[in-house]
Amino acid sequence: MSNMEKLRFYFEFPFVRYAFIVGILIALCSSLLGVTLVLKRFSFIGDGLSHVAFGAMSLSATLPVMIKKNALAWSGDEKLSPRMQSVVNWFGNLNDMYIVLPVTLICAILLLRTGQNTKIKGDAAVAMLSVCALAIGYLLMNRYPSRANISGDVCSTLFGSTSIITLKPEDVRLCIILSSVVLLTFILFYNKIFAVTFDENFIKAAGVKANAYNLLIAVITALIIVLAMNLVGSLLISALIIFPALSAMRVFKSFRAVIICSAAISVLCAAFGIIASILYSTPVGSTIVAADLAVFILFSIMSAFTRRVRK
Amino acid sequence: MSAQMICRNASLGYEDGIVAENLDFTINKGDYLCILGENGSGKSTLIKAILGLKQQISGEIEWCGDVKKNEVGYLPQQTVVQKDFPASVREIVRSGCLAKCGLRPFYSKEEKELAENTMKQLEIDKLAKRCYRELSGGQQQRVLLARALCATRKMLLLDEPVTGLDPKAQLELYKLIAKLNREGITIIMVSHDIFSAVKYASHILHIGGKKQLFFGKTQDYAKSSTGKLFIGTEMIENE
Ligand SMILES: Nc1ncnc2c1ncn2[C@@H]1O[C@H](COP(=O)(O)OP(=O)(O)O)[C@@H](O)[C@H]1O
Ligand SMILES: [Mg+2]
Repeated sequence: MSNMEKLRFYFEFPFVRYAFIVGILIALCSSLLGVTLVLKRFSFIGDGLSHVAFGAMSLSATLPVMIKKNALAWSGDEKLSPRMQSVVNWFGNLNDMYIVLPVTLICAILLLRTGQNTKIKGDAAVAMLSVCALAIGYLLMNRYPSRANISGDVCSTLFGSTSIITLKPEDVRLCIILSSVVLLTFILFYNKIFAVTFDENFIKAAGVKANAYNLLIAVITALIIVLAMNLVGSLLISALIIFPALSAMRVFKSFRAVIICSAAISVLCAAFGIIASILYSTPVGSTIVAADLAVFILFSIMSAFTRRVRK
Repeated sequence: MSAQMICRNASLGYEDGIVAENLDFTINKGDYLCILGENGSGKSTLIKAILGLKQQISGEIEWCGDVKKNEVGYLPQQTVVQKDFPASVREIVRSGCLAKCGLRPFYSKEEKELAENTMKQLEIDKLAKRCYRELSGGQQQRVLLARALCATRKMLLLDEPVTGLDPKAQLELYKLIAKLNREGITIIMVSHDIFSAVKYASHILHIGGKKQLFFGKTQDYAKSSTGKLFIGTEMIENE
């Protein structure tokens, strides 16, 4: 089969098309916010939150088993009571998002607060939270294995290698809604986001509620990270957020150009990564990140070159 | 003369201690106040307290007359973030209009015009498309000044605006600020440079040893013991 035929064959399947749509949307959203996060020296928040999201994901995956085991141990019976069984089923059928999203949102807001507090420095708080979330997540998965293949489960949550192919139409719908919310918010608050990123104190002095916009940025960041869990897994999210922004900042000089370029890079790399991963059956997340890295190196060389020429 | 801001017996500090106490001064419309003091004497902290970015420990800072608390233009001491920030001059100057926008998502035509006119006034209109981080120090300060002027025409707070500039750019910036002051804008400026302070400012506030050493008219400063002491030592150091 030629590559073209292979692609056509794969794109017949709805789940491949879903993966493609979701991948592009997530790449677009994360790159938009990435510029702000990098410039605000917040890029680690993305990292920390993605680990929190991993912890929450593990919690959500193990919750039915946890409840079942503990209920059995408490009552001492062989079988669950019907009431208990229905609780377990309810949690089993619950979409992971409904647990992961609130937990990550709360942590995003908390992290932003500690960033302003001097007691625990922002970066230390992020590191603490992210390590704890990873450890507890892994602990839960070991203690209450929901499936036989624990390391496979952990691996897919960390690297997102399979989850994007198993998207249900419901996931896709949620993803489209959430990313539209992110995009719309970003466009409507573009000028405000620029100003809080460039100089928070100035706009506070001029009477703008900068903290409200900081909160907004934290909330959108949490949304994007939860979305991106599906695509690249929680270890590689930072790459999706940081790389396109860094690449664009090498070459472009106005905020708007950087944002547009970063979005373009991110979308192209995501499309390329997904297609390449289909053709060469590589893991989706790592392929996209590898493409982002390649662009970053290319842009760095380009900017070094133009700088020398100008001198 | 109408008072715009009164600082009564204010004490400033952080968790680890007091930085300056018993600050008492009044700013009237059209004043040019220069805040003098050594590094670490709490000048920037005072500016932040005036702006409401940092709560004072005790005492009060009262706004009166035509200026409200959050209606001042602020020129911050340069921060690390700004130095490598990709932004065009126009984008930065326009962001001064943000407070006028409220919840409206985009700048109106008048706001865009205000930004263009302010850039013309400060003679940076030719730089509008240039990247902020590639400008000279003096040009960067003009950009930030233009942004502050877009936010307000009543009061400007400038934290060490001339630090790091070459003498020519320093002189130009001093002249520009003096011109804005003559047009009726109240100026509060932090500075190291006693001579320029005495030359341009109408009032001096000198902080040192955690206290207010002097507050009053510039003519009186030169006659006061603090003034004599500091102007004297500066002269000896300069010789
Ligand atoms: N965020 C902070 N937390 C704790 N102490 C601070 C902080 N910022 C400044 N200080 C301390 O307050 C004092 C005054 O600082 P500052 O107002 O920046 O001085 P100046 O601007 O006059 O050079 C210094 O001793 C400094 O160490
Ligand atoms: Mg200072």
